[in-house]
Amino acid sequence: MSLAYYPGCTLKTRARNLEEPAVASMEALGLKLDEVPRWNCCGAVYSLADDDLIHQVAPVRNLIRVKKQGKSELVTLCAFCLNTLKRANLLMKQDVAKRDTLNDFIDEGIDYGGEVKVLHLLEVLRDRIGWEALSRKVKLPLHGLRAAPYYGCTLLRPREIAIDNVENPTVLGDFLRALGAGPVDFPESTRCCGSYQVVSSPGDIAEYARPILNSALSHGAEALVLTCPLCDYNLGRGQKELIKKGSGFKEMPLIYFTQLLALALGLGPQACHFELNHGGPESLLKEKNLLPQTRSVQLIEG
Amino acid sequence: MSAKQTKKKSAATAVKHRAKETAATAVKEKKQIAARLIPIYIMGKRYEVPEGLTIMKAMEYAGYILIRGCGCRGGTCGACGTFYRKPGDYKLQVALACQKTVEPDMYIAQIPFFPANRAAYDFAGLTAAPEEVFKLYPELFRCVACNSCTKACPQGIEVMDAISALKQGNITVAAQLSFDCIQCGLCTSRCFGELAQYHMFQLARRIYGARIIPRAEHLAGIVKAVNEGKYDRFLDELKGTKEAELKKLYQEREIEPMAAGEDWKPKDSRYL
Repeated sequence: MSLAYYPGCTLKTRARNLEEPAVASMEALGLKLDEVPRWNCCGAVYSLADDDLIHQVAPVRNLIRVKKQGKSELVTLCAFCLNTLKRANLLMKQDVAKRDTLNDFIDEGIDYGGEVKVLHLLEVLRDRIGWEALSRKVKLPLHGLRAAPYYGCTLLRPREIAIDNVENPTVLGDFLRALGAGPVDFPESTRCCGSYQVVSSPGDIAEYARPILNSALSHGAEALVLTCPLCDYNLGRGQKELIKKGSGFKEMPLIYFTQLLALALGLGPQACHFELNHGGPESLLKEKNLLPQTRSVQLIEG
Repeated sequence: MSAKQTKKKSAATAVKHRAKETAATAVKEKKQIAARLIPIYIMGKRYEVPEGLTIMKAMEYAGYILIRGCGCRGGTCGACGTFYRKPGDYKLQVALACQKTVEPDMYIAQIPFFPANRAAYDFAGLTAAPEEVFKLYPELFRCVACNSCTKACPQGIEVMDAISALKQGNITVAAQLSFDCIQCGLCTSRCFGELAQYHMFQLARRIYGARIIPRAEHLAGIVKAVNEGKYDRFLDELKGTKEAELKKLYQEREIEPMAAGEDWKPKDSRYL
């Protein structure tokens, strides 16, 4: 079985460590990710101005391409792409006047009315495969890894597009538990990383990261688990700034959820591109005996 | 067409008009042409021109002397990008003036030049990393996927897809999709995000050609053989051949068949 899949630009460049382990893992789970032909940028950020329809063109064009592909569902990996695509889809469903204007302008010879269902890969794992079935596929349980699920904003806000309970999300924690890790809940797990604010105020990047990293550390986390390349960029850069400022804390590895999935499914570090990560997760994973080329790592056969 | 009409100048397209004398000749020539005359509008002014002419020829027939906005006249130089519309159709159409034949009631405006900044770079220092393009043309990310560029391309290039490929760091796809680009600039003139697509594509093709596609390893061997004088004797033989004999050799030369396979060899293999 295959699912239409939207990667997003960053996943093809800086965040290959988010995409490649996901593609390999889903293949191993028997659900092929089928890349949408001729996709373009998701729009990068959802435009909040009511009359700014030109910035809805990019996400809607992608959704039209999915419909043309003959698929009714679209899977995304990047939390920001999910957000822009899902919100633009909602607009096409709910606002008839804007829908007509956009369809006319986009000129793809197809009337689109929000028919495609936009999903995040975590939803596919939760609702299609299920945590129990996933845990049965695990070949290298992530025992002993104290990883803190960090949601950021765009998986959960606004409420209409949230993939989980907005106030008390559990999907990432449940995912980590299915892989055998011990998720570390912390109160700042849905606090904003700074998003694109850091473009206009680059000096604030460390102050956005500080409360998130402090909270995760003080709750005993050894690593932060992410779903978004922008969170990775902001927290990774912010953390480096904090260390430079002499804040006294040790750099915490930032790991994409898909990298842990690939590791747990026994696909090995070669599927994970750890060299692109902030905070060098390899030494932590080695310490936890989670890198198969290190001594005594045993994969569960079956 | 009166002489008074032809005297009117237009600064916008950098064209000059013929002198009175030339205009008179043109009128005389017109009488000799049997073709039907059709109305077209050049920059809003009506002219009657023989059907079957290209837009460029029609402009010249109407009295324009093209100093800019014409080059190869063969559809490859990109100097004569043209927009036109026809009454009753909101669609803006594009063409190369040297290729497209006139149609009745076309409203024509040539865009011989459109401002577009080309980034300066030292190519020797450039790698094949996607960030090279991002750094030189950061406005790449202003693309809103409106697709106006694709609609404006007289070469039928999927311009927006090639821009998307660059954003996705795929220089190879951008270079391949834009291979037929003649840098006419019509895409740039229509861009909502104010991108200079054709300059970005040129950079992509340069990086692709020099850093991505595999080198032709056998070429070095051939160059070496040439330098070592392997072919000197054959050239000397040719130089000493009489004209009639040369012609005969040329006419009887063996030509590689269109559908020849990789292992095709000429019957006379002396020069291999």
